[in-house]
Amino acid sequence: MARGALTSRLVAVALVAVAVALPFFAATYYLQLASKVLLMGLLAMALNLVVGFGGLVSLCHAAFFGLAGYVLALTSPPYEAASIWITLPAAVGAAALAALVIGALSLRTRGIYFIMVTLAFGEMLFFFFHDTRVAGGSDGTFIYFKPLVAIGSLPLLDLEKARTFYWVVLGLTLAGIALLVVIVRSPFGHALAASRVNERRARSLGFPIYRIRLAAFVISGALAGLSGYFAAAQFGYVAPQMLGWHVSATALVMVVLGGMRTVTGPLLGAAILMGLEEFLRASTEHWKLLEGLIIIGLVLAFPDGVRQLFDMALKPHAFPALRRMRRPAVPREAGNA
Amino acid sequence: MDLVSFAVQLLNGVQYGLVLFLVASGLTLVFGILGVINLAHGAFYMLGAYLAYWITARTGSFWAALVGGVAIAFVVGLLLEEIFVKRLYGRDHLAQVLLSFGLILVLDEIRHILFGKDVHSVPAPEFLRGSIQLTEVLSYPVYRLAICVFCLAVAAAIFLVIQKTRIGMIVRAGAENRDMTRALGIRFDVVNRYVFAVGIVLAALGGIVVAPISTVFPGMDNQMLILSFVVVVLGGIGSVAGAAIGALLIGVADSFGKVFMPNFSSFTIYVLMAAVLLWRPNGILGRREI
Repeated sequence: MARGALTSRLVAVALVAVAVALPFFAATYYLQLASKVLLMGLLAMALNLVVGFGGLVSLCHAAFFGLAGYVLALTSPPYEAASIWITLPAAVGAAALAALVIGALSLRTRGIYFIMVTLAFGEMLFFFFHDTRVAGGSDGTFIYFKPLVAIGSLPLLDLEKARTFYWVVLGLTLAGIALLVVIVRSPFGHALAASRVNERRARSLGFPIYRIRLAAFVISGALAGLSGYFAAAQFGYVAPQMLGWHVSATALVMVVLGGMRTVTGPLLGAAILMGLEEFLRASTEHWKLLEGLIIIGLVLAFPDGVRQLFDMALKPHAFPALRRMRRPAVPREAGNA
Repeated sequence: MDLVSFAVQLLNGVQYGLVLFLVASGLTLVFGILGVINLAHGAFYMLGAYLAYWITARTGSFWAALVGGVAIAFVVGLLLEEIFVKRLYGRDHLAQVLLSFGLILVLDEIRHILFGKDVHSVPAPEFLRGSIQLTEVLSYPVYRLAICVFCLAVAAAIFLVIQKTRIGMIVRAGAENRDMTRALGIRFDVVNRYVFAVGIVLAALGGIVVAPISTVFPGMDNQMLILSFVVVVLGGIGSVAGAAIGALLIGVADSFGKVFMPNFSSFTIYVLMAAVLLWRPNGILGRREI
């Protein structure tokens, strides 16, 4: 067990080192793709706080993601770059506020209801930006400049450079991972997990379930907003589709693909799914057909995500069916139940 | 607003609500009996509309489209239950969400391959094309009235089947207590298959009847999916009567919202939903625990 922990720690360090060094050997296109993967991974990890750890299947996280993007678009002055010190807190704050309001209403419900209510409220924001002329209606609107990171008139970072942008996104993703790990390991995180495993018991032990879930929902919404802010800055464009529930569902696929019980699993899921999309898009016009079939196949074949595949390879003893295949008819030792 | 235009708006709202009821009742039946959340329900509404367009264009007869569309939807429903949905019974909602999301991607791409990305319109049947002159300037299309009559007839048939027949008894018992019903010897594998197919047929039927009054276009599934979800949330999961109340509320609220607050019409229904959630989190006719 200790050796396994050491190995996974070494793998993590190696991965971070490769990620940091990526701009020195990857072309700009792949650098931009990597930024996109990290941002979608951040969204999926944020979503996983409520889905995987809280047991609440939310279908409105794209709304927080897109809302933050729209706040950046709306607070940017038309012909110059917006200051990150103003627009970023505004965007994340707006996402957190939306999560507070939607969460306060939706968390009154359970199970299927919760899924449907979050879906409906998420689409409410979609239709708000789609039907009104607030920011270009259904056409969306452009963000011509990336946000300005400067103190006074002294520029600190130039986000227009793909390399710098990537490092900033990488830093944020790592910070997001650290934050989520701290939350999940804190007493709050344990209480959240308890509310998932046995709500009645947690409630009878005196945990304020509703408030715990709402707090997790707001944190998760704010992180989704953080991701959406940088996604909008990267694309230079916001459109209502960014808030649509298909984005939420895609993030859910990433969560399940990478495994729900770990903080970083969804990031792996994002990398796999987006890599797959990239590959399918290059090979056929009707790539969505294949993607849909692959999603269906994964759900039916691997209920616990692709981690299950790795686990099967690394820890075959945890899977009785595999053990029987590998070592047939080995008599059990006494006391080794 | 004078009385006649008020009546016209009310009629529009009721007509919209009745179509919503068709689609949402299929959704709520599938929830109630199978315990499966089907996000692809809107895709079958779109399928119905595209089938109406395709068959009408081929045969020239809307009635052929009505019969053919229903038959195709029924067969598709049976096949999908057999291949995919039956593997979801008892799985968590997340798996159901993801599988139906995958299904949406597949169905939408098949729609793209078969029918393309163009916007289509469907002619109404010959004898329903006129309109009734109400005042000098206002008239009301006969086809919309025909939709109302048709939807009311389907609704009456649904209620009759559920309340008065043996099949309906099984469906009600299954929604109430599934394990006990199974212990009494009811074969749910068969019941599930037909309930799912009927749910799909109801969604497709909604798409077929609205095809002549609205355009048939890619993405028409999304709005209907959200609206029928809101209807089910309002009415209470598994309750067909609740779906009827919810659908009429939404239809009328949407119709008047478009008149009084044209910019924020899509908001009225969400405000309605928020209010019902504050008042009765499990829907107007919902049971306390799910």
